[in-house]
Amino acid sequence: MSSIPASSFLLLAIILFCIGLYGALTKRNTVVVLISIELMLNAANINLVTFSKYGLTPNLTGHIFSLFVMAVAAAEAAVALAILIALYRNKPTILIDEMDDLKH
Amino acid sequence: MIHSAWLIPVLPLLSFLIVILFLRNKPKLGSLVANCFSLITFILATLVLVGRLQGDSLLREWNWLEVGSTTITLGFEINALNSLMLFIVSFVSFLVNVYSLEYMEGDDRKSIFFAYLGLFTFAMLALVISPNLLQTYIFWELVGLGSFLLIGFYFYKDSARAAAKKAFIMTRIGDVGLLIGILLLFTQVGSFEYDEIFAAVRNGELIGSVITASAILIFIGAVGKSGQFPLHTWLPDAMEGPTPVSALIHAATMVAAGVYLVAATYPLFEVSQIALTTVAVVGCFTAIFAASIGLFQKDIKRVLAYSTVSQLGFMMLALGTSGYVAGVFHLTTHAFFKALLFLAAGSVIHAVHTQDIEEMGGLNKRMKITSLVFLIGTLAISGFPLFSGFFSKEEILISAWTSGNEIMFFIALFTAFLTSLYMFRVYFLVFTGETSEASSHAKESGSAILVPMLILAVFAVFSGFINTHWFGTYLSDFLLEDAQITVKETHAPTWILYAATIVSLAGIFTSYLLFGKNKTKFGESSFSKSPVYSIVYNKYYIDEIYDAIVVKPTRLFAAGLKFIEWFCVGGIMKTISGCIQFVGWIGSRLQSGKIQTYGTIAVFIFALFILVYGVTNGGLLK
Repeated sequence: MSSIPASSFLLLAIILFCIGLYGALTKRNTVVVLISIELMLNAANINLVTFSKYGLTPNLTGHIFSLFVMAVAAAEAAVALAILIALYRNKPTILIDEMDDLKH
Repeated sequence: MIHSAWLIPVLPLLSFLIVILFLRNKPKLGSLVANCFSLITFILATLVLVGRLQGDSLLREWNWLEVGSTTITLGFEINALNSLMLFIVSFVSFLVNVYSLEYMEGDDRKSIFFAYLGLFTFAMLALVISPNLLQTYIFWELVGLGSFLLIGFYFYKDSARAAAKKAFIMTRIGDVGLLIGILLLFTQVGSFEYDEIFAAVRNGELIGSVITASAILIFIGAVGKSGQFPLHTWLPDAMEGPTPVSALIHAATMVAAGVYLVAATYPLFEVSQIALTTVAVVGCFTAIFAASIGLFQKDIKRVLAYSTVSQLGFMMLALGTSGYVAGVFHLTTHAFFKALLFLAAGSVIHAVHTQDIEEMGGLNKRMKITSLVFLIGTLAISGFPLFSGFFSKEEILISAWTSGNEIMFFIALFTAFLTSLYMFRVYFLVFTGETSEASSHAKESGSAILVPMLILAVFAVFSGFINTHWFGTYLSDFLLEDAQITVKETHAPTWILYAATIVSLAGIFTSYLLFGKNKTKFGESSFSKSPVYSIVYNKYYIDEIYDAIVVKPTRLFAAGLKFIEWFCVGGIMKTISGCIQFVGWIGSRLQSGKIQTYGTIAVFIFALFILVYGVTNGGLLK
């Protein structure tokens, strides 16, 4: 495991984050946007774990913290999907650029 | 009675308010209510005149405004001239109200017509009893409004709308003169009160040029209202209104307001020979000018309108030649016989449905009473001996002669000849001869039309006897009792009386030869091709001249201003508003409400920050 350099993990995190960012900013489907946000969160998790293991003082804080993030992310996804379903009942669309009723 | 004279104008105002607010859609009730009020007004005015004949003048005033040390008052005044005018106005107004009951029958807006009559009567009566110039001016304008509403009563006709606007604008030109005159007097005397102004004039507190200027400015107001040259053009056009209105406003009362104003401010005119001469010259010229136009008109109401202008010219001539009594006397008799003539003309129009006298003829067989009263009115206006116009016209001729201006006297004499010529032209063409096609179905009008005419006919015959040198100069004594003017004793040569009689009879005889026996119709004769005829028939092209020298240049000027407004002012404003709109447009594009757009912008800006930081601090380019 230690033969793999930290930069590889960080590169993976960057790639994941960029894919997530790209998806969150460009996709019209709200579910896909939610998935993309999860990708960005997980890219951050990888960073946390990486610096926790390869940092100046390696310890378990980062690992534990990433577990918390996952828990919060799950809750957040549940809430987001619930909002989405509630919205869908009022307006039969899942396209994010059509959910602009407050603007009018 | 004389103390409650303020009620006289208030009653027609109440009638106006009640009818226009509550009885708009009830023509029967509305007209009856208006008639009742009109009758009470007339009775009150008669009582006030009787009260004034037995008693003294009265002046009541209340403070209205206090500006610095100046107090402006409102009130009412009853003097000889006022009480006479009150009687004339309320009398003619009442008769016209009765007459309109039948004349306006079937009109959808009958109630509104009666309401407007009330408004006009209110304004006219209030004008007459005003004790100061400011109050006079207020009601002067209200009278103009009443006239405007009634001329434009048939507002769905283009010609009526145009005539109403023309009347309003033409008289407004005069009103500006009047207002300037009033303000000039106020700056010099410090008061609008007639009494204080006259006192200042008597005591020599005013310099001559101020008196002359203010008198002439007031006279300009009178020129506008009384249809004197050069502001006369609105009066013939005002005949677009219903005929009872022409009788009340444009013959008997409102147009006499100008003459009344000059008479009421006579002490001013009296001390300025220039002002008097101006009045006399304008009056004299208007008299003959309008008489010549009236000779060739074909519309019965227009002939009467020009004769009104001409007779008003006579009154002005009288006032301008120190004939205060003569002017007011002619005003009185003219009010009766001209109202009579208009009402009779209305009766004829009601029956034959045309206003062209050359299409009428032989009506005396079908409309005996109308024909009789029209003949009486015509004899009165022509100055036929013993009719009312005979005495008042004689007074005017005497004052013109004694003023020493022979040219004016002979012009007036010739105008008297023209008057009987063109008035009898109307009579002969309309009532005598063969029954024409238009007249063949004519029926005599009903009693509501006939009774007012008969009453007026009595006055047209006998009202002259209130002031003759044979029995007694009652009117003259009455008027001069409290008029603050100096009277010159005059001895008129008796040949003037014969001259006036001969001229009047000569006019009737000439008229008989031309129109009674030969039925000359200008429209059909070869004379209608001659340039003289077309110039006079088209009223000396005065309207066209005004159009060319005033209306067209004003329109052109307005078009120029519109161009400036559109391109310069509008251009600047449009550029500014366009810039602001463009900035707003950009702003509103940014605020799209799309969260993804915001996110994208944030990411790019963040990336830009990092790049800038990297270049400046991180040494990225090294």
